[in-house]
Amino acid sequence: MRHFTVSSAEPTSDVLSELVAHLRRNRAQLREEWMRRISASRLLTSMTQEEIFAEATSVFDNYVEVLETGSVEALQAYARDLSERIIPRGVDTPEVLGIVLLLRDVLARSLFEKYQGDFALLNGVLDAYEPAANRIATTVAVGFVQERERVIRQQQEAIRELSTPVLQVRERLLILPIIGVVDSERARQLTEQLLHGVRSNRAKVVVMDITGVPAVDAIVANHFVQTVEAARLLGATVIVTGLSPEIAQTLVTIGVDLTKMNTVGDLQGGIEEAERVLGYTVLNRRNGPPHMDPAQVS
Amino acid sequence: MSASGGIAALAARTRRTGMPVPILKRGEYLIASIQSTLSDADLIRLRDDVLVQVAHHRSRGVIVDVTVLDIMDSFAVRTLSALAQMITLRGAETVIVGIQPDVAFAMVQLGLTLSGVATALDLEEGLAYLDDHAKQSVHGGHGSEAGRRN
Repeated sequence: MRHFTVSSAEPTSDVLSELVAHLRRNRAQLREEWMRRISASRLLTSMTQEEIFAEATSVFDNYVEVLETGSVEALQAYARDLSERIIPRGVDTPEVLGIVLLLRDVLARSLFEKYQGDFALLNGVLDAYEPAANRIATTVAVGFVQERERVIRQQQEAIRELSTPVLQVRERLLILPIIGVVDSERARQLTEQLLHGVRSNRAKVVVMDITGVPAVDAIVANHFVQTVEAARLLGATVIVTGLSPEIAQTLVTIGVDLTKMNTVGDLQGGIEEAERVLGYTVLNRRNGPPHMDPAQVS
Repeated sequence: MSASGGIAALAARTRRTGMPVPILKRGEYLIASIQSTLSDADLIRLRDDVLVQVAHHRSRGVIVDVTVLDIMDSFAVRTLSALAQMITLRGAETVIVGIQPDVAFAMVQLGLTLSGVATALDLEEGLAYLDDHAKQSVHGGHGSEAGRRN
């Protein structure tokens, strides 16, 4: 209590500024203690000591600044920035939360040590410190989780874009391989892509292969029926292929009406059926019947 | 026939009021090419006009081109379905062509699927469909109709 002169009855802001001064004075020592406890807890193992030191310094300074100003905006921005840097390194939510809580504990310990002689004053200091410290922990954790969610959303978007290509196999024949879970949003996207594909390729037959769809329930089946009907309005026939025996069983058991859908067992069968509808004949030049082989006729 | 008098009167009336949808004759087919958004009354008039023209030209197929429509409400769908059914009763075929992808999607969501009515991508596809169908009707199926026309 060398420099401490105010009594415990002083307003919180004075206690807080004294607290901040104390933390600034002991910055190097507290930071070292914090670093030691981070490595002791085996947190941030994917980062080097130098990196941890640099980040720890920034977090510490931000931390003290929030205690001083009460404004978390700068910390929010820093937390976002930090998350952006460390998420690709594989740092987990418990780790981030863990180090922030460790810092909170290290600082609280230092306060205990400093004010252990005056219990009433210690109470006052903790009253000022605890809400601010909890707010900081919440801000960092929320910032990290939000950043993670943003990354996940971005990746989902990318997967969706990738997983519904509309491919032209022959003139007027498209295939639409569907891979992954189909929800309402994806079904809408899928239908839209198919319809624009039909229009721009002037397709007459579309083979929709659902081998890669893990589960089909009444809702998903209904989406497929809608897709088929929308394509028909543009004058295109849709052939659905790749209904696994399990899915066929499920659909019949739950009573989904698929009479409007033209289904064929597998993609090969679907393409053959489509070729038949379009009037194509595929010949094997080696094994085909001689009378159908133009090379042998001439 | 007493009906022909009624049809003639109807034709005269539509001629007087002007046609919002031009109906073009191309060989054995009629092409109704919608040029702008239609009111309910316009749709009814289109339906009546097409029926009159089918009877007059003894057409075997009708194409309704809806390319410019960016909305197909339930009334429009019902009217076009009715048109197709009436034309079937005259022994001809109807094809709706040019439904936009977005319109098709909206229609399906509303449960308006034009079931039982032939559809095609565009005018060219519609004509190809009618050509195919005309061939079929000569060889069988609507044998009596085809015979009467020939």
